[in-house]
Amino acid sequence: MEIDKKQPYSDKDLDKYEGVVIESLKAGSQFAIEDPDSWLTEELQRNVLTTTVDAVLNWSRRTSLWPVICFPACCAFEVISASSHRFDISRFGMEILRASPRQADLMITAGTLTWKMAPQVKRLYDQMAEPKWVIAMGACGISGGLFKGSYSVVPGYNHIVPVDVYIPGCPPRPETLLHGIEMLRKKISKRSISKE
Amino acid sequence: MTKPLCGSEIASELKKEFAESIVENGDDYILVDSRTLTGIAAYLKDTTGFDFNCLNYIIAVDYNDYFELVYSLVSLKHNHSLTLKVRLTNKEAASLPSLSGLWRSADFQEREIYDLFGIRFESHPNLKRILLWDGFEGHPLRKDFCHDA
Repeated sequence: MEIDKKQPYSDKDLDKYEGVVIESLKAGSQFAIEDPDSWLTEELQRNVLTTTVDAVLNWSRRTSLWPVICFPACCAFEVISASSHRFDISRFGMEILRASPRQADLMITAGTLTWKMAPQVKRLYDQMAEPKWVIAMGACGISGGLFKGSYSVVPGYNHIVPVDVYIPGCPPRPETLLHGIEMLRKKISKRSISKE
Repeated sequence: MTKPLCGSEIASELKKEFAESIVENGDDYILVDSRTLTGIAAYLKDTTGFDFNCLNYIIAVDYNDYFELVYSLVSLKHNHSLTLKVRLTNKEAASLPSLSGLWRSADFQEREIYDLFGIRFESHPNLKRILLWDGFEGHPLRKDFCHDA
């Protein structure tokens, strides 16, 4: 029985239709559906996982982003706040702020960069192992912000290092930083080793 | 609370020793001739009763026609303070004796003033740029400094 919704129909017709649908589904669902891997032995079921290399690599990369300690100015406090218990970036597996760039794969550029400091930041970036990402945090990180046009300030980190995600704000709140990190994680999960 | 000494009273006292070098004084400052700055500073530091053993800060100001340097002296012994000012009218070749021999705190501050204003401090032990890098052109806190962004 089908209801033709172009024709007038009553509530009773609707109830009847519902009853027929349920009865037919019940009649066809008398036995449990087998698990897709039920044809495997128990040993194999427990130990074999099939996936793609991309999925595994991207999963491991995005769930253990370790930021390098490179916080030249006041945005650092938002990073500190984000990494402490209230906002808690350890939820993303990135609570370990690495003092050594060799162990880090994310640079959060929290703060104004002066030309005097720029060589050190560039060096930190160069010392990080591939794959590596950069989040330009705050107005100063994006464009030099308030100090754009100053004689001493780098007008944006993208003059020094390639930037993946830009987070606006002066300073961005920790929520914004977390949102930016989430964007970066999405970006990482779209990578493919075939393109690297 | 540190007691600020009255500029005119100190000036009249200083005039006994340095008659020619007190250019101007107000209630809260003494303006001295830059050529005798070292002598007056040493006198204020070493004379009993003054004992200004601490140089709080040095400020340079660009008034377009001249530079003015403001020295804030403090005596930790007597808990009193005094403001000393110097004017430099020759802006292109502005130079001044260094006070880093008297107060070591003058060292970095004089370097900073040299860096940002281009005022040279004679007999400074290590007069070079402190905030900006070697090779930077100009002195950015001068009013006539132009920077193309």
